Amino acid sequence: MEKRVIFRSAWLPYVLLLPQLTITAMFFFWPAAQAVYFSFQLQDAFGMSSQFVGLQNYADLFKDSHYLSSFKVTAFFSVLVATSGILISLLLATMADSVVRGALAYKTFLIWPYAVAPAIAGVLWAFIFAPSIGIVTYFLKKIGIDWNWIIDPEQAMALVVIASVWKQISYNFLFFLAGLQSIPKSLIEAAAIDGAGPFRRFWTIVFPLLSPTTFFLLVINIIYSFFDTFGVIDATTQGGPGDATKILVYKVYYDGVKAADLGGSSAQSVILMIVVITLTVIQFRYVERKVQY
Amino acid sequence: MVENRPVRDFFAHAVLITGVLLVAFPLWVTFVASTLTFDQIVSVPMPLWPGDQFLHNYTQVLTSGSEKGSSAPVGTMLVNSLVMALSIAIGKITISILSAFAIVYFRFPGRSFFFWSVFVTLMLPVEVRIIPTFKVAADLGILDSHVGLAMPLIASATATFLFRQFFMTIPDELAEAARIDGAGPMRFFFDVVLPLSKTHIAALFVILFIYGWNQYLWPLLITASESMYTVVIGIKRMIAGGDASNEWHLIMATAMLALMPPALVVILMQKWFVKGLVETEK
Repeated sequence: MEKRVIFRSAWLPYVLLLPQLTITAMFFFWPAAQAVYFSFQLQDAFGMSSQFVGLQNYADLFKDSHYLSSFKVTAFFSVLVATSGILISLLLATMADSVVRGALAYKTFLIWPYAVAPAIAGVLWAFIFAPSIGIVTYFLKKIGIDWNWIIDPEQAMALVVIASVWKQISYNFLFFLAGLQSIPKSLIEAAAIDGAGPFRRFWTIVFPLLSPTTFFLLVINIIYSFFDTFGVIDATTQGGPGDATKILVYKVYYDGVKAADLGGSSAQSVILMIVVITLTVIQFRYVERKVQY
Repeated sequence: MVENRPVRDFFAHAVLITGVLLVAFPLWVTFVASTLTFDQIVSVPMPLWPGDQFLHNYTQVLTSGSEKGSSAPVGTMLVNSLVMALSIAIGKITISILSAFAIVYFRFPGRSFFFWSVFVTLMLPVEVRIIPTFKVAADLGILDSHVGLAMPLIASATATFLFRQFFMTIPDELAEAARIDGAGPMRFFFDVVLPLSKTHIAALFVILFIYGWNQYLWPLLITASESMYTVVIGIKRMIAGGDASNEWHLIMATAMLALMPPALVVILMQKWFVKGLVETEK
């Protein structure tokens, strides 16, 4: 798609592009290139000298059991966040689409968590589930569950999943609701006349028509659980107990900032970049396919 | 509604009300805790009805921070968050609308190269290049400053794309008419393109304001002095020790102050918010 009518100037377009390009070069390309460069270097403990070590940092990573476990933790965490977030939002959106009265009010009351910073979502849920003073901990104890996410790895994982899903429900909900509202009512009415009940209608008509939205949300939720949940984890478990909730992005931060292992952390950054690029390409191919409908 | 089914209707409302209550529960507990004294919170179970410390707790955090942890006043942090959110939103919109205008309305050597170099930045979230970006900021001497908080987050492929897509839909006749009337490109930009883009700018602004306000990792890295903390960072710094040693009543008051501005933006500007969200992601 190109414009037929254009303006002519030898210098103006460059001036207009200059601010965007300067910032992109300074804060995207240069740092990304440096991450790649550092990932081939080994620095001494004081950061005074460094030497080229080729793929050594990468080889070390894949021999490191902590790194491999971080991969597993990330995979487990993102699958939990994406599937439970999508299922809950789909249920709520289907219900909100079916009610006649109050739909707007429900929408308003369900979308506000989008505005809450991940770190604050973490603090809120950590407080409710606090081992000694949390209100939910208190009720759990009454029914015989001893809740302490500070020492129990599975409960720590549950806490960060709950906080992350809670924040993301509103986003998924809005996209599902928009998807549901774009399904022609005549299709559903025709099925109803043919005698299909609500569940049958959902599985044979609504769900297949929603599948592009679901796929899009799946990719977005996985990216969300890979990166945006950093705040949730840093404000609550900080990767602990042990490495139970140390997802990849948290490990990049921990190794680079806290442990000052520049080479290892950069190699991890590069691997993460490759993961993101893959996910983005998948998403774009899907968008392209959808455009051709 | 396809058929009239009172039972099904009742079920739908029941599910939705449960959902709304579950989603709102943490907010309610936070609000209640922010109106209690420290002793009331640590005496398990804490009350679930607001106490009378509202004014006391909020005045305390706004003017002088927490008592044991960081003593930076939250008032300053709110100003920092506001400055950061506004600079990011306005900065992104400004540089993106200019570059989109250049890419759509001009033909020049390197045009598609520049377009693609902006495009690939879509794929690089700040989290994967934190340490090198930190070094760049250090070399520029913008650590621990408002410029440093906002500038690295201003470049955005998403906004550029949104404007590009929109400019493509502006009828060519408008540009033609402007040219015949002797208007230069910048005149056309200010008198035609900018007014037409108003709704897109509003929608983007809402999304970017929230994005900027909620930034966490970047401000965590580059702020050193308490006077530069954003409110999201301030909360993290108040959580010092274990359960019973944190001043939860003050932390929760700060949490309320940190989440209210973006939440109000979402609720009051719902129409723009939904439009912005759906458009920036597609």
